[in-house]
Amino acid sequence: MHLEYDVVGGDFQVAGEAAARVKKTLREVGVDPETSRRAAIVAYEAEMNIVIHAYRGVLRVDISPDKIEIRADDQGPGIPDIDLAMQEGYSTAPERVREMGFGAGLGLPNMKRYSDEFGIISTVGRGTSVRTVINLPTKGS
Amino acid sequence: MLLSDVARLLEAEVITGEDKLDTSVEAACGCDLISDILAYTKPRMLILTGLVTPQIVRAAEMIDLSAIVFVRGKRPTVDIVAMAKEAGLPILCTAYPLYESAGLLFQAGLPGRGKWARDHGGRPDAP
Repeated sequence: MHLEYDVVGGDFQVAGEAAARVKKTLREVGVDPETSRRAAIVAYEAEMNIVIHAYRGVLRVDISPDKIEIRADDQGPGIPDIDLAMQEGYSTAPERVREMGFGAGLGLPNMKRYSDEFGIISTVGRGTSVRTVINLPTKGS
Repeated sequence: MLLSDVARLLEAEVITGEDKLDTSVEAACGCDLISDILAYTKPRMLILTGLVTPQIVRAAEMIDLSAIVFVRGKRPTVDIVAMAKEAGLPILCTAYPLYESAGLLFQAGLPGRGKWARDHGGRPDAP
């Protein structure tokens, strides 16, 4: 099953709705609560990174019998130093966004924390792509 | 501890979720940063916060929290209440500040999440 959502940068009014739909769909197709929760967190952080830092992007989710793949591709300023961006506590969120409760500097670390595979590439002046995989429990485990 | 016990201890008003007061709450935390909540909490926890934004409800929905308690007399807007109702997420409001609210619940036996360990192998719920 393939899910795809357009995300608009700066649109905090609807931010998080795509992740909420992802979680709802995962539960409807029978994914267990813990895996659904992990995937929801990854999707939410991916979506919020687009809203906070990019101009626009797309959140894609592919659900197969053995895994959930979540990809976020955005058009935006890109990340000059990915190692720095992956450090817990480091954030480039502007002040007005911090006032909303963001800017903990845990978005990318949370995505990595809750996934089984994590990859990120970014080009300054073009945008960022993040790919994560969450393995589904095997039957009997 | 039940959510009804939380409401009683904090002298809290139940804004939404009156039908879920018999929900079990396993732990609580006080937090005002969205990603900290996502990193730190586990299912069936309760969060104490002064951050009255729609994103708190959205984050709570992602991680299966038992309820949100807004502290310091803060009250949610109509749209936040609507979001919480749709998500089936109870919201309580207390006049107690965060520090006292946490103290009252902890003193009554509701545990916290435990110390945050960075080298836990990647999962906050890892042993």
